Amino acid sequence: MRVLTIAIHTFKESVRQKVLYNLVAFALLLIGASILFGSISVGVEQIILITLGLTSVSVFGLLIAIFIGIDLVSKEIERRTLYNILSKPVRRVEFVLGKYLGLLLTLLVNTAIMTVGFYGALYYQEGRLGRDDLVFLGAVYFILLQLAMVVGLALVFSCISTPVLSAVYTFCLFVIGNFSADLRTFGEQTQSALVGTVCSALYYALPNFATFNVISLVAHAQSIPAYLWVGNSFYALLYITMLLALAVLIFEEREFR
Amino acid sequence: MLALETTDLTKDYRLGFWRNRVKRALEGLNLSVEAGEVFGLLGPNGAGKTTTLKLIFRLIFPTSGTVRIFGKPLDDHSVRSRVSYLPENPAFYDHLSAQEFLNYVASLFGLPAAERRRRSGELIDQLGLSASRNVQLRKYSKGMIQRLGIAQALINDPDLVFLDEPMSGLDPLGRREVREVILRLKERKKTVFFSTHILSDAETLCDRVAVLNHGRLQGCGELTAILRLGVTATELVLEAPSAEVTAALVPYASSMIRTGERVRLEIAEESKVERSLEIILQRKAKLISMNPVKRSLEDYFLQKVGAEEVEKSGRSADL
Repeated sequence: MRVLTIAIHTFKESVRQKVLYNLVAFALLLIGASILFGSISVGVEQIILITLGLTSVSVFGLLIAIFIGIDLVSKEIERRTLYNILSKPVRRVEFVLGKYLGLLLTLLVNTAIMTVGFYGALYYQEGRLGRDDLVFLGAVYFILLQLAMVVGLALVFSCISTPVLSAVYTFCLFVIGNFSADLRTFGEQTQSALVGTVCSALYYALPNFATFNVISLVAHAQSIPAYLWVGNSFYALLYITMLLALAVLIFEEREFR
Repeated sequence: MLALETTDLTKDYRLGFWRNRVKRALEGLNLSVEAGEVFGLLGPNGAGKTTTLKLIFRLIFPTSGTVRIFGKPLDDHSVRSRVSYLPENPAFYDHLSAQEFLNYVASLFGLPAAERRRRSGELIDQLGLSASRNVQLRKYSKGMIQRLGIAQALINDPDLVFLDEPMSGLDPLGRREVREVILRLKERKKTVFFSTHILSDAETLCDRVAVLNHGRLQGCGELTAILRLGVTATELVLEAPSAEVTAALVPYASSMIRTGERVRLEIAEESKVERSLEIILQRKAKLISMNPVKRSLEDYFLQKVGAEEVEKSGRSADL
């Protein structure tokens, strides 16, 4: 119950932040503008709209996840609002989980708004929406899984570092996570056993965001394979659980001078 | 039953890049607070008062020692719902209004919605925030924030209230309101533990006090006992005494001050007081008043803190 109370409070705090509205507005603008970009070449209007539209949802969702995620805990520590909350019958684990769920809810709402904007643009271009267009919701689902993992990362860094450094670390890990397959390939091809081992360890330890990117797939009217649905969902659940466990562990030991 | 008990509570901070320097912020603190009393933790800035409160609420962790509240550790959540805390210079969510904030805090205690509304409304009125109940906290003055802090500390009707510098930032009217709040809590047999460096507040409100300095307990005791033991002299005030009378009293008085027509004498020893009274009666001088000169809490505080400073300077001189 306290987790839910903190989550709802975090959600309400997040939606009052002006940066959120600016980002969502920008995303909707870009989605709208992708209709114009489609006119560059005949026959690819829909592909461009879908690619640009879903990428906008992903990128702006990422920015929201980072900008608000990095402040989740560090702002409360900096402003000392945390002292008051932790003196209440609130366990530290409840606080961390509540913060995470609150931001997740914020992302869910904002992604939903951007998705509605995307479908609006699609309807404008195609003049209709059919059952085939539901496949894009699969891409949105995977974007949400990605963002849930990014929020987890931001939360961990927020527990130990300043907002600026948390943003840098989170963003860097997101970028690395999109190229983790290359990391594994490098490890397999290197002649050094040590480098190979390190690369392999990093491949498994760092988040793998590449498999969540199905935008190209759905833009070319291909269906998302069943193994990706199951595999990505389990992977995200497992990784988020690990991140939350790490965040809780750090937060439980943290002193607030 | 003891509302609060600390046993050998010690806190060391590790400083430096390699965390190899140790700074002892609190050393072997043994405190006990009875249920229903108002207890004052006194000390100069940096004495360890806030460190003590943070250790009690596990915002920081003790190097050694224990804290028990109503016989249980604070990890026990049944205890947490019976206590509350007002931090020093509190900070709250500035995007919320007072009503929203108190509602949020009350919901963390699991209070039902109707109860939350009732209690937050009562406390807002009681602490003079009615006109600003729906104003965002970012527009509140320091004094208003402090009052709201007290309101949130009372929202769960706690049995034990911890207040860290509750008068901080308040004007005289606000300070009086807070004093009345504390006295009302005392009437309702609640326990109040507050830290302050304003001794007049402690003298007015506390049943018992403890003095902390440089992380060590310098003294602890009942206020009435501390002040009673401190009867240092007797004051006699005479109206227009003759030169002969004043000359006769000079040998017995440790100080003699003339203000207009009145002369005030301070006499340290009781035997000398008796002899002085005989002189006054024999010479038919006019005695206006006779009162004991009591040591104030400030005197007690300075004695305890000063003793520590003398000991420290002595040790550093030896070095």
